[in-house]
Amino acid sequence: MTNALNPKTSFQALILTLNRFWAEQGCVILQPYDMEVGAGTFHPATTLRALGPKPWRAAYVQPSRRPKDGRYGENPNRLQHYYQYQVIMKPSPANLQDLYLRSLYAIGIDPELHDIRFVEDDWESPTLGAWGLGWECWCDGMEVSQFTYFQQVAGVECSPVAGELTYGLERLAMYVQGVENVYDLNFNGLDGDDRISYGDVFLQAEQEYSRHNFEAANTEMLAQHFKDAEAECKALLDFGAKGERHLMALPAYDQCIKASHLFNLLDARGVISVTERQSYIFRVRELAKACGEAWLKTEGGGA
Amino acid sequence: MPDLLLELFSEEIPARMQRRAAEDLKTAVTNALVERGCAYEAALAFATPRRLALHIVGLPARQPDLKEEKKGPRVGAPQQAIDGFLKGAGLNDLSKATIQSDPKKGDFYIAIVERKGSATQDVIAEIMPDIIKTFPWPKSMRWGKSSAHANALRWVRPLHSIICTFGSETETPDVVHFEIDGIKAGDITYGHRFLAPGPIHVRRFDDYVSKLEAAKVVLSTDRRKDIILHDAKSLAFAQGLELVEDEALLEEVAGLVEWPTVLMGSFEERFLDIPPEVIRATIRANQKCFVLRKSGSNALANKFLLTSNMIAKDDGATIISGNEKVVRARLSDAKFFWETDLKVKLEDRLEKLKSITFHAKLGTQHQRVERLVALAKELAPLVKADVNKAERAARLCKADLVSEMVGEFPEVQGLMGRYYATRQGEDASVAIALEDHYKPQGPSDRIPTDPVAIAVALADKIDTLVGFWAIDEKPTGSKDPYALRRAALGVIRIILENNIGLPLAQHHINADLLAFFHDRLKVYLRDQGQRHDLIDAVLGIDAGNDDLLLVVKRVEALDALLATDDGKNLLAGFRRAANILKAEEKKDGVTYSGTIDAALLKEPQEKALGDILGVAARHAADHVKKQDFSGAMRELAQLRPAVDAFFEAILVNADDAATRKNRLALLAAFREATRTVADFSAIAG
Repeated sequence: MTNALNPKTSFQALILTLNRFWAEQGCVILQPYDMEVGAGTFHPATTLRALGPKPWRAAYVQPSRRPKDGRYGENPNRLQHYYQYQVIMKPSPANLQDLYLRSLYAIGIDPELHDIRFVEDDWESPTLGAWGLGWECWCDGMEVSQFTYFQQVAGVECSPVAGELTYGLERLAMYVQGVENVYDLNFNGLDGDDRISYGDVFLQAEQEYSRHNFEAANTEMLAQHFKDAEAECKALLDFGAKGERHLMALPAYDQCIKASHLFNLLDARGVISVTERQSYIFRVRELAKACGEAWLKTEGGGA
Repeated sequence: MPDLLLELFSEEIPARMQRRAAEDLKTAVTNALVERGCAYEAALAFATPRRLALHIVGLPARQPDLKEEKKGPRVGAPQQAIDGFLKGAGLNDLSKATIQSDPKKGDFYIAIVERKGSATQDVIAEIMPDIIKTFPWPKSMRWGKSSAHANALRWVRPLHSIICTFGSETETPDVVHFEIDGIKAGDITYGHRFLAPGPIHVRRFDDYVSKLEAAKVVLSTDRRKDIILHDAKSLAFAQGLELVEDEALLEEVAGLVEWPTVLMGSFEERFLDIPPEVIRATIRANQKCFVLRKSGSNALANKFLLTSNMIAKDDGATIISGNEKVVRARLSDAKFFWETDLKVKLEDRLEKLKSITFHAKLGTQHQRVERLVALAKELAPLVKADVNKAERAARLCKADLVSEMVGEFPEVQGLMGRYYATRQGEDASVAIALEDHYKPQGPSDRIPTDPVAIAVALADKIDTLVGFWAIDEKPTGSKDPYALRRAALGVIRIILENNIGLPLAQHHINADLLAFFHDRLKVYLRDQGQRHDLIDAVLGIDAGNDDLLLVVKRVEALDALLATDDGKNLLAGFRRAANILKAEEKKDGVTYSGTIDAALLKEPQEKALGDILGVAARHAADHVKKQDFSGAMRELAQLRPAVDAFFEAILVNADDAATRKNRLALLAAFREATRTVADFSAIAG
């Protein structure tokens, strides 16, 4: 194996290794969803596909944006844009824990050297109306993944239950590469002049987006866009409703994703008061629930 | 006698649920067995992160036979009733029933139903599926293919296998066969996830424990705790350090490992600038590690102890360095917060409190601080606190809520306030108040003792209670989301343990809230071993019962009085008077007041009582005014000879109506006199 393809020395090789591993488990390897989301769970391949009776297996990288976590590139661990690696298997296979551990071995974590633990962590997403039980997965005291058995998504009971794995890719890579600053990660696995670091790729973006998220984003415009996305989501849900069937669950859900991200931006700008916050979250959740219901009336949702 | 071994093997059970779950399993299984006539000698329950286990010793091989009498209809009842009886009793012929004669009801049928006891293992097979399906997990889930069905099995995390064997020591135990959601009970378990993952064939409890041990699983939580504690102490000792013991953390950590291996890591000395509580909070909360102090000193050492679940082939070097990395990152954050926070004065943070809602209907933290300032100033003189210091402390007491450190570690609120106040040169009492105004947090927490801290602590709690009362968010049943019971108990403890006289009614507390305080006070005093009827007797007197310290002093004085002969007889006299009054007042349809016509007092015994009553009541009231309750009780006790003599010689219900009335008034006066100290009618016994 060249360094470029070694998951222990190359960030992109870590992703390639995970793709290969989960492809072998029968997952469809998707590309990131082309919208701004706060976590891999928002991808319709997880949120919507978790609903309904049809079996589903997918894995993908999802760039995730958490505007509030921006630190102008000055914090070694915090980013407003980062990668999550997401796996969803419905119904959850009986050996999902084993599969997860084998994926860690595949990226170079030796179980005879490390202390891997499943520590209680009940997952809940108030904006998605979703919850599940599971763990945060620790490797030598560091949380490297989130492991959840979805019980409810978009306000709907999961039937059957999907298992979801979320790897924090930067953190995992920092661990296997042994670096303490995310910007020092080797991105392409090469050395010398050919080496490209995570900082080379993303440092400038972190600085610029931190300014944008905290200082510049036009809050009036964002608030208006939120209203627009909310209204459009409802309009599309109305338009697509055809009796027992729904013909536009996916486009409507896009608007829900949009609303959620706009809320996150407004939140980062500090213009949302505590009481308003609850109401925004509630509004997004109502959209997510309506989209979930619509999805169940589509072919993908098992109708 | 045969034994039962049961194991429920699953994915990782949350640490905080394990001990309770093991006990619940024991209770459920033993109850179900006993209900079915299967008594047992002993039962032991165990939990590890991946299994619940139960060992029941000394069960009978068979359930005892049951003989049951079923009552039927009377002889000659309609055929329908007789058929129903036969069917219910499982008889095919009326001749199998016996006839019993009853002198009142006549002859009727009786069926003697004998039920052969089943083999105990059949009983176990019958009860287990239900016990597992209805197990009381605080939170449970569905999983896998079966979760598509509505009645899918729920467990805390996916359940993988079940051991259930039954048999005596001298024979090979049998597997008890049952199946639930596709899992068949058997005799196979699995060892440590990484060190011995293979299947293990088990016969009974003895070999189960030893085979698990060989497969790197310590079954008993308490043994795992002992191992961790022992190893932690020796590792510390070897470095000249002491473990900072932490029972709750130890319990949690023991629930995260099947094979505890304690390892020592370290962090840079420079992090020791951070307040030790913060170091401990971050290492404990995020990493579940123990901290260490230098022997014979309170100062923390730059070391920590982690409990891993592995025997690693490099003796733990990689595990230690990984944990150190995380601890370092956490401490870097904490140090950054600490240093950033020190750059901003507490008073300069107040503006930010405007953006924090305390409660939607009770305004912002900033508004709350304004209220606290006013209330602390009002209370300061009563608790002998300097008014200016109390005002300053109240003003600053919530400022640390908007510090970086408290944003990250909410559990160090107050404490950080104290640190920051000390660093910016605030008066020592003010600094202490910033930490102590939150106290006491529970029945075992310490209470503030510095007057300034007392003033702000009382203000904090009273404002909370008054506020939530005003918006009608009172605790109901088990629901008390704003911890109002704790706040009231806090006020009670602060007042009583610091000997503070505080008439609550004069400080914004209305009758309904005062009643809540009284309820809490009763609970508190009962826990202290005080008789609840005496508390009721004292609270039954409205005047002055808003001063809780006085209430308690009265209760104590009353208790002391009732311990004497005089007190006991006085109470007996009171009861006699009260009973007579009750009966006569009912008869006459009036309530007698204590207005006596002295001219109508003729007999020496009634005269004597009349004279002494007036004096004693006045003296008792004087003592009460001076808050000398023992003195007041002594005065009342002096009534005893006169009361006794009165009842001995005088017939209350005299023929002459005016005399009778006047004697009843005399008793009423006696009743009123006792009310200067307590409502004697509430005293039990």
